[in-house]
This record gives sequence, C-alpha cells and structure tokens, in this order.
Amino acid sequence: MPLTVLSPSGPFRPLEHFLPAPAEYRLLPFRFLRWDADEVLLTNDVGEFLFLPDAAVRDLVAHRLPRESPAFLDLKARHFLAEGGSDVPLELLATKYRTKKSFLDGFTRLHLFVVTLRCDHSCRYCQVSRVTENKSLYDMSRDTAERSIDLMFRSPAPALKIEFQGGESLLNFDLVQWIVERVEERNQAEGRLLEFVVATNLSPLTDPMLEFLRDHGVLISTSLDGPDYLHDSNRPRRGNDSHAVTIENLRRAREVLGHDRVSAIMTTSQASLRYPREIIDEYVRQGFDAVFLRPISPYGFAVRTGEAARYQALEFLEFYRQGLDYIIELNRLGTPFVEVYAQILLTKILTPFATGYVDLQSPAGTGISAVVYNYDGDVYASDESRMLAEMGDRSFRLGNVHADRYEDIFGGEILHNLIYQSVTEALPGCSDCVFLPYCGADPVFHHRTQQDLVGHRPTSAFCTKNMGILRHLFGLLRGGDDFTRELLAGWATDIAPERPQDVAAPERTSP
Amino acid sequence: MTIPLHTHGRPLTAFPAGILGRITRRSLEAGNRPDHVRLLRSEHPSVDELHGHAAVLAEGPFEMRDEALPPIVHSLRRMDHLTEGDVVAVNPNGYIRTLYRIESGHNALFATDRCNSYCVMCSQPPKPVDDSERIAEHLRLLDLIDPGTRELGITGGEPTLLKDDLLRIIAKAKERLPQTALHILSNGRLFYYGSFARRLARIEHPDVMIGIPLYSDLDSIHDFVVQARGAFDETVIGLQNLGRHGVPVEIRVVIHRHTVDRLPKLAEFIYRNFTFAAHVALMALEPMGFAVPNLEQLWIDPWEYQTELREATLSLAARGMKPSIYNHQLCVVPKELRPFCRKSISDWKNAYLPVCDRCDLKGECGGFFASSVKRRVSSHIRPQAALASMLPLPDEPGSSATSLAMWPYAAKATRG
Repeated sequence: MPLTVLSPSGPFRPLEHFLPAPAEYRLLPFRFLRWDADEVLLTNDVGEFLFLPDAAVRDLVAHRLPRESPAFLDLKARHFLAEGGSDVPLELLATKYRTKKSFLDGFTRLHLFVVTLRCDHSCRYCQVSRVTENKSLYDMSRDTAERSIDLMFRSPAPALKIEFQGGESLLNFDLVQWIVERVEERNQAEGRLLEFVVATNLSPLTDPMLEFLRDHGVLISTSLDGPDYLHDSNRPRRGNDSHAVTIENLRRAREVLGHDRVSAIMTTSQASLRYPREIIDEYVRQGFDAVFLRPISPYGFAVRTGEAARYQALEFLEFYRQGLDYIIELNRLGTPFVEVYAQILLTKILTPFATGYVDLQSPAGTGISAVVYNYDGDVYASDESRMLAEMGDRSFRLGNVHADRYEDIFGGEILHNLIYQSVTEALPGCSDCVFLPYCGADPVFHHRTQQDLVGHRPTSAFCTKNMGILRHLFGLLRGGDDFTRELLAGWATDIAPERPQDVAAPERTSP
Repeated sequence: MTIPLHTHGRPLTAFPAGILGRITRRSLEAGNRPDHVRLLRSEHPSVDELHGHAAVLAEGPFEMRDEALPPIVHSLRRMDHLTEGDVVAVNPNGYIRTLYRIESGHNALFATDRCNSYCVMCSQPPKPVDDSERIAEHLRLLDLIDPGTRELGITGGEPTLLKDDLLRIIAKAKERLPQTALHILSNGRLFYYGSFARRLARIEHPDVMIGIPLYSDLDSIHDFVVQARGAFDETVIGLQNLGRHGVPVEIRVVIHRHTVDRLPKLAEFIYRNFTFAAHVALMALEPMGFAVPNLEQLWIDPWEYQTELREATLSLAARGMKPSIYNHQLCVVPKELRPFCRKSISDWKNAYLPVCDRCDLKGECGGFFASSVKRRVSSHIRPQAALASMLPLPDEPGSSATSLAMWPYAAKATRG
C-alpha cells in the first residue's frame, strides 16, 4: 500500500502518523481448521471467515505477523485481532454477536399442535401415527387445545407460528378450524404476528377446507418424497396411491390458495439415498423452486450405533453432494432451484443475520424456540421428543397442559438440562470446531443415538453430516467456479433477515 | 452550466446585518412584506409601496431617500439568477447571498464553517471561526423556505458541532417543513455519545437521513484521510448509536488513491457491521478545497478502478444494501454499474465537456463538477452511442462478469 506523504509543506500528516503505536496485538476469539496442505480456514464467533496461508497463521498465533501484511489488515478488519487499547472492535463484535444470537429473542415462537394421531398412511419412518377410526383415543380435545393456546400466549414472542401436526391433521379439521378461530379471536387483544401452517398429506382435503385455509391465510406444508415408486414405497396407504393423491390435491390446493402458499418437504429414507436426481427432478416437475434435502433422522430406522451410524451418515453425505451438484447444474442450465439446507447454512456463513431454523441452534431450539403440544395434553421439547415418547422414552416430556403451569413446563428441570447440555460453545468436540458459528446441538438426537445429551462427536452421525456438508459448502465457496459461487451467494441473501441488526449498546454521556 | 449564488450592489444607507427574505417582484399586502425582499428592475414604486419589506434590491441606481424605506441595495451587478420564492441574505456591505433556490433540488443549509476533522480531500475546508451567531439565520431561513420543498441538506463544516442548536434546527424543520426530507452531512463523530443520537432520534423527524463518511475498514487509513486520530472509532460507534436509535443513516465513501484498494473490503465491512445503513454512496473526488493542493497524491482515474468499483457495488447490491455511484461519468463506469449511477452533482456546480455534446447518454449522465472540468477529468471520457452502449467495449478492463464471483472473498489488491 502506498504510504504517500501529502503536502509535506502543508498541515497534513502522513499515514504513518495514524498507525496505532507499535505494540503487541491481541487475538480476538477465533477457531481454525487445516484446510489443505497450504491453507487454513479461520472463523470467528460471528461467522466471518478467512482462508489464510499456513505460514501466516503460524505467525499470527506467535504474535509476529507483520502489521502491514495483507493477512494482518484483513484479520484486523474482520475482528480476528485488535491493536491498541480501543474497545471498538469488541463493541462491533458484540453487535454482530447479538444479531447472530437474536433467535433467542422472544423465546418460544414455533408452537406445534398435534391435533390427532390418526392417519390413513403408515409411513415407514413414522412412529406415531395410528390407522384407526377411534377418534376419542387419539384426537386432541377442545379443552386441551384451549389450555395449549393459553400456554402459547404466555410465550413473550412477538411473532407466533402455529403448526398443525398429526397423524394426519386434516382428519381432525374441526379442531384445526376451532384453534385458528380461537387464536385469531384471542389475538385481537394480544396483537402478535401470527402465521398458521398445516402439515398434511393432503389426502382428506375437501373444497370447504381449502376455502377456510384460504380465508384465514393458512399455509400448507405437505410431504413429497420423490417420484411415485419412491414416494409410494416410503408412504404406504390403502390402494398404494399416495403419490397420485398428493399430486392431484397439490394442484387443487395451489389453485385455491396460490402456488406459493403450498410447500413440500421430503424425508430421506434409506431407499431415498439411491435417488438424489430423481427426487430433485420430481420437485422440478411438480413446479417447486426448492427442495430441502433433510438429513436422515434416526426415528424411522433401526437405531445404529458406532461405525454403522457413521456409515449411514457417510451414505447420506454422498447423497447430499450428488443432489447439490445436480441442483447447481440445473441452475447453470437455466432452471432456478434452491437446496434449502445449503441456503440455511450459507445464510449463516455469508450474512450477519440469524436464521429461523430451530434445528441448528446453540443452545438447541428444543423448547426455547419450538414446543409441541401433543394430542393428549403432554408438552414435548420437540417433534422428535414426542416420537421418542411414542417409542417408550418420555425423557423430554416437559409436562402436561392440564396438570402443569407455564413456569413449571418452560422453567423446569428437563428443559433447563436440555439447554444446559446444548450450548455448543461449551461442548467437547464443538467448542473448538471451526464450524461452530454455523452449527448447533441436537441433544435429543444424541440421547437417542448415544444415550447421552452431549454425545461423542467423533462417532456422532449428526456431527459427521453437518461437518461434511459445511466442508463441502466451504469447498465450493473456496474452489467452485464463478457461477457456483455467485449462485450460492445469491441463495444466502435471498432469505429476508429474520430480525434486523441488534445494535443495543451501553450509552456514553454527552460530549 | 453553473449557477451564481451571490451578487452585490451598493447599499443606499447603513443597515444591520442578518436580513433574510424571500424574493418577490410583486406588489404585496403590507402584512406579507416583512418576510420578503422586493426586487425592482426599472420600475420606481412609491415609498408606500416599498415600506415594510425586509429589504429592497434594485437593478439600477436608486436615489430616493426616505425614513420609511427598508434597507436598499441598488445598482446590482446581476439579478437574473433570482427567482420568486428564493431566499437571500442581504449584507450591510451590499453582498447578496442566495441561501435557497426554489427551483433547485439541491438546497442546503450551511450550518457552520467549523469542523473537528481535516480531511485531505475536503472540498469545503473548515475555518476555525465562531459562527454561532448564524444559528438565528438558520432558524429564520427555515421560516422562509417554501414548505413544498422536497429535500433540504444540512451541511458544513460539521453540523453536529452546533450540538443542541442542531437539534433545535431539526425540530424546527419538522414543525415548519414537515413535507421536506432532511439530509444531514456529518462525520458522525459526536454520535459516539449515545445520548446525542438518542436526543436526535427523539425529535422524531418524519424523514431525516444522516450521511456519514467511512473511508476504510481500517482505523489507520480512515484516521489518515480525516487527519484525526481516533476518528474511525468515534464514527463507527456513532453509526451504531444512530442505528440503535433507529435514525436512518447513509454511508458515504469518497474514492481516491488512498481508499480505492480496500474498497471491496470496505463494502464487506459495511455489510457486516452496518447492515442497517439505508444507503451507501460511492463517490468520486471533487477537486475543490484541500483536494486541490493534494490532487497529485489523491487522483486516480476512475477508469483504473472499475474492478474495485464493480465488486463493491455489485456485492452490496446482491446483499440487499442500496449502493449508489455518485459523481462518475457514465463513460468511465462499467456498463452493468450504470443503473447505480445518480445525477448527484448539485446543479449550481454541475458541468459537461464540449465532447459531451456528441454523447447520446448526456441526458442520463451526471456530468462533472465544474472544478473537475477546470482541474482534472478522466482521460477516458468518450461520447457514447446509445445503441453501441448496450454492448461491452472490447478494450474495457475486466468487462466479463467476474467481479461478483470474487465476493465473498477478499479481492486481490490489484494495484501496488
């Protein structure tokens, strides 16, 4: 950089005059990973990152990095180090940190109502549904719904998202309708920002239902696992026509609600792993502009441990990479299409914002970001927690809407412990991981697969999957072609920020 | 074509300083006259007709003397530039300054000549004078400005040095000119004190924006440019304080030899740290004031920094920030950046080159500062053909779409 002296005869002082007094620089918190033989990836707590030559990193930590070197200047500008006595880098970091952690503001915002366990499907990966006509056993009652709504409005969140789950939620549509109207009525005094989503396989969908959903602005989230042979094998029902029914009702729902008011999610099963392209092609064919290649969950599988679990995670990673590569090629050929998991991670990597994705948070989103009101009035920390309960493990039952107070459910020992054990900044294997700013903890998963809320990272399928995906994304950001990098950057900034930047700070008094 | 902002004539009698009035050529009701300065061309109205005006300006000689006459300046050097509704200050020495032009979109209130920075390229060098008596003039000016005015700048010097008086001015603007957007140019350093930012926010002006320069993502370079150690720290905390209190801010970057290399990195820094900024202006140098003696050290031909400008602009835009390019001619910016170019140069100092008359884009181009035309312009100013301008020029450096792809990585600095 040219250090020109301006007007030596005039009143101006040269750049050197404004350099901080030569002194030791301070390292600000950062984590690193040897990327390859030549380079190291560094990230800081707020998700900013740098690739640096190995030698520069060695000099950095030995406090002998020349202050005029490009690496030094970039590290300083991105708050990996600080010079002089100024607090300002820490204040800027604090603002960015609050912004990244703003998902904690307002406490629980996603409230799942399991309105029934009854279902006409018997999906291979589902542990909770019952194919039965007996309403009284497996439907949520109005009384339970009313108590759940009471609890929901105790949450301080300014925006509440209400998601109806099942079973097949439309089989208890009367209650869905009743809850929507009841919440809207009570919200006239509460003044929260409301969003309703109904998760449904669409098979019981009637026109009056559609009209109600349209009139109340309710979104639909349905399941589409891929082409018919895969979907129908994952999601058996009488007649074996799940795919055909889904597609037909998808068309009707879009017609009434609007194309963008209906989304679909896919569940990755063991069988899915062979069909990444076919699944994506099916999503494109059905007019979707995104797919969420969701990491395989352990609930629908024989629980595997040790090497077997890791092998399964590696299989998923291969599936994910093939799928993402294929999506990039689709975009290159002119079909705009997004992979949602990558989009969430890229938003964490490339923007200063928090995401609203509750399954990748530190502390974990269980209970504090999302909560489940089960049909029988039991309250669970997550959807997975109530599935575990159906399998006989009630470890994450936080209480019951009829028996327990809000304070006991959301301030009780179980939730405290879940949160306490899911702060990645303090977890072995996470606390020094370069990907920590983008990742999260899943204590329920680790309880299930490793019989421990914290878990053992080297053999954790959760860790293997997320590390693998993040490594792949950073690899594309680092070494991908121009088109790929632009595409991924575009995905990151596509999501409107969940919350604006949080610039709260201590105030100085007047000059 | 630049527009004169002053004239002078001969005062007929001695009168006090601080006379402000709205220009009128019309005969007004007596009650209306104290706010007005009456303009006379060749007519010779009676004393009764002139009585009660703030002042009278006469183009020709004026000989009538009467105790009932207001202050009179006659034999004006020129008065064609004065329009009905303009506001002028009439000085006892016969000097007539235009403070507000009703037909201009670039009106500004010059709050003070003082400044706590000393920027190497300052176009309006500060003067260490006590101009606190001008507060009354500023407040009076707000009484006289047309309430239909769309935008009013507040500039200086450094307006925040007026401290409480600046807040009074903003409060009065809110009361008197509720339809007028206020655009305040400040170095932001005094907003380091959060209470000042909070008190400004509490005025709740419906449409205010603070434009604050940030010259680098590194303290030393910014401090050097503004010639004040610690200024970077004060400005960045000032920006955060304004953001925290919900006061809209604009970040302004002047591009010159000392700021150009890190421009893409500054864009990244702005996005990460001041995401709340409503607007980012990337501006070419105005060769006035201190920029004149320092021109050799500051000047870089905009043609040479197209890569940096492209990367900074497109990366900000891709991330939902709102970048604009000021003071650049369309023929020296990459074509894909043309939509970001604004006609930013105030009309009274705006100029074009003779060669611009042959350019099809002249009507859309912001042109030059008059001072640039006088001192230094890019050596790549070329008339553009409307149709050809749709196509990339073969000799344009980096005209392939490579820049955004470098984002989000640090661009390799291309210039030593």
